[in-house]
Amino acid sequence: MSGQPLLKVRGVETYYGNIRALNGVDVEVNQGEIACLIGANGAGKSTLMMTICGSPQARTGQVIFDGRDITRMPTHEIARLRIAQSPEGRRIFPRMTVYENLQMGASLDNLKYFDEDVKRIFKLFPRLEERQSQRGGTLSGGEQQMLSIGRALMARPKLLLLDEPSLGLAPLIVKQIFEAIKELNKTEGLTVFLVEQNAFAALRLSDRAYVMVNGHVTMQGSGKELLANPEVRAAYLEGGRH
Amino acid sequence: MEYFVQQLVNGLTLGSIYGLVAIGYTMVYGIIGMVNFAHGDIFMLGAFAALIVFLVLSPIIGFTGVAVLVLLLAMLVVAMLMTSLWNWTIERVAYRPLRGSFRLAPLITAIGMSIFLSNFIQVAQGPRNKPIPGLVNDVYTIAGISVSLKQIVIMVVTAVLLAIFWYIVNHTPLGRAQRATEQDRKMAALLGIDVDRTISITFIMGAALAAVAGSMYLIYYGVASYNDGFVPGVKAFTAAVLGGIGSLPGAVLGGLLIGLIESLWSAYFTIAYKDVATFAILAFVLIFKPSGLLGRPEVEKV
Repeated sequence: MSGQPLLKVRGVETYYGNIRALNGVDVEVNQGEIACLIGANGAGKSTLMMTICGSPQARTGQVIFDGRDITRMPTHEIARLRIAQSPEGRRIFPRMTVYENLQMGASLDNLKYFDEDVKRIFKLFPRLEERQSQRGGTLSGGEQQMLSIGRALMARPKLLLLDEPSLGLAPLIVKQIFEAIKELNKTEGLTVFLVEQNAFAALRLSDRAYVMVNGHVTMQGSGKELLANPEVRAAYLEGGRH
Repeated sequence: MEYFVQQLVNGLTLGSIYGLVAIGYTMVYGIIGMVNFAHGDIFMLGAFAALIVFLVLSPIIGFTGVAVLVLLLAMLVVAMLMTSLWNWTIERVAYRPLRGSFRLAPLITAIGMSIFLSNFIQVAQGPRNKPIPGLVNDVYTIAGISVSLKQIVIMVVTAVLLAIFWYIVNHTPLGRAQRATEQDRKMAALLGIDVDRTISITFIMGAALAAVAGSMYLIYYGVASYNDGFVPGVKAFTAAVLGGIGSLPGAVLGGLLIGLIESLWSAYFTIAYKDVATFAILAFVLIFKPSGLLGRPEVEKV
């Protein structure tokens, strides 16, 4: 639960053209933790995820990973430090097969651990095994989501960034995915930072949580604390629970 | 009938050359969404590189017997290297700085590059046609149809190159990275793919194929000229559009079809209008089937 901060985001401001999407964000994720970021649409959650990966880069502030300043590093070099992301919109390669999409995920190690890792992914998401020779673009939304997460895991990440892993998935599969995340965290010490609309499930899972409003982090605490917080409950939980 | 088959053989030879050049157009279009109008001139540079190798080497080793083989190989290899270097440089200095700029900017720059290259060769090598003596002159007659060794060499080299190329694109990490970059550049970067490097390699591969096409054009017609980049270049572009720009098999198919149409038109109608026939196809394809024969429609289900 505790440990060194693996990821430190300090005073980050990100712009799209002249529009400021992140307004001085401070976030920390410790080694071995599951952290989550909740907030309404347009709050800047996905922008923060992408800023960590340097696409777009932060205009001011710092992103520090494993003690290194990665704020100005090109995206592909950040990926090589083992930060893997399942991004907003899933971004499956539509004209590549499921199998090839997973191979793309493992390109950092040149497929060295591919056979071993792909078995693990297929065990986690048996659906992907059935569809392995199908083109990514023909999968359903939920299957694409599984593929996107699977592809990120293929990189053997130190930090896994998940942007709304529950989006478009049936509740049963959401449960499965959250269990899988927990399992990976527990057995392999995988550090996870996730963005969620499904605040209840995310907060329950997380050691640390942040609430984002209009490009600011307005609240932070442990998952439990935020779950109990009346403001959070009113804004993100009541009525939204299932 | 024999006459017709003869025209088919001629057309396929010409089509192989167009196909090789068309691949360069289609790959670059696929990966950065830009029509590289300088690609025809890259093809011309390939022909000139081969010409220079011939002029330097042939007085030393002659061009009979085994020497021809050495000569051909040297021409191909040097042309590929030189032309790749040119195309790599062009991408670095002229196209990369414009990435992320408005769509028309690299297009206009490419036209500028095309004019620059042909003018450069005109000044550096002179404006006259540069002839070379026939290198492989054997002609075989099979059932009344004459097939020259040149034609066989061209078709075999094309087939071998296409096979290698197809293998790289579909079955190697490099090819996967290229396809990923083509489909979603941002995601490719998130997975650790160096997108700029992948694009550079694409330009190098396109140039290498164009250089082979240029060398074979030189050997086939026995002459090179500074403005050879223009008409054959636009024809190869037509081939890419006909096959479906962005589609690799489409480029090859389009190239063969354009070659066939050109030689059949020349054989049965007026040779003076063969370019009209080719470019009429470009217009018809753009009007009635802009996605080409094997291309995918622009709109895609997400």
